[in-house]
Amino acid sequence: MTLRTALFLAITVLANNGGEIAVTRAMKDIGEIKDFKLAALLTVFKRAFRSGWMGLAIGLLAVGFFSLLALLSWADVSFVIPATASTYVVGGLGAKFLLGERLSPARWPGIVLVSVGVALVCAG
Amino acid sequence: MVVNLRLKTYVFWVLIVLFSSSGNIFLSEGMKQIGAVRVRSAMDLISLLLGIFSNGWIWMGIAALLLFLGCFMVALSWADYSFISPASASAYIVVPLVGHFLLGEKVPPSHWAGILIIGVGVGLVRHTAPSTTRKE
Repeated sequence: MTLRTALFLAITVLANNGGEIAVTRAMKDIGEIKDFKLAALLTVFKRAFRSGWMGLAIGLLAVGFFSLLALLSWADVSFVIPATASTYVVGGLGAKFLLGERLSPARWPGIVLVSVGVALVCAG
Repeated sequence: MVVNLRLKTYVFWVLIVLFSSSGNIFLSEGMKQIGAVRVRSAMDLISLLLGIFSNGWIWMGIAALLLFLGCFMVALSWADYSFISPASASAYIVVPLVGHFLLGEKVPPSHWAGILIIGVGVGLVRHTAPSTTRKE
């Protein structure tokens, strides 16, 4: 893995993770969706996109998106996509410390195994 | 209509995996057509952006990823981020399989082992409660 690939991989993971945590904050503020009719969903999305958390999320996800585009222009999709799975380890920590989720003893091994899988993919 | 929490979580999980996998595959095809990114001047940047946004694969990728974002948002309104995010890692199994069998990309044995372990990890997460912060 070249330095350029490692740098763009780090930007993609951190920006996507920060963006997704911000999306989670916006959706938790709205509350559980129980009506799945298109009109009801559109109303929910309209409310969500007015949230400050969503503005932050869009900014971070845009950075992650363009970083991923650049990566995919020179690296194989079968390497790039599994390698960005490291976002789950960072995401687990973000969920615990920023979102107050209670990660059960059964959930952590799953996240750790995903991380081991990613290490294997990158080592290959 | 009252929908069981686990059932609706799994339905949106499948949609998330489907749209994120297809979105990334479409983007990959588009960027491979455009070639390696080299920006040395403003004209290079304009030319690159024109190339990106006039490519059909890129637009299909953007559409799929927007649908992914919509499903992701809906699921996060009730489910934990630490559940939905790792559970959606199934996409990281689907994409290399498609890359290998449909796009002809070479996947080394160590990548296959990593993909298998990611699958086991996703399986473990799937058996935990979808929400730990939900108010009844």
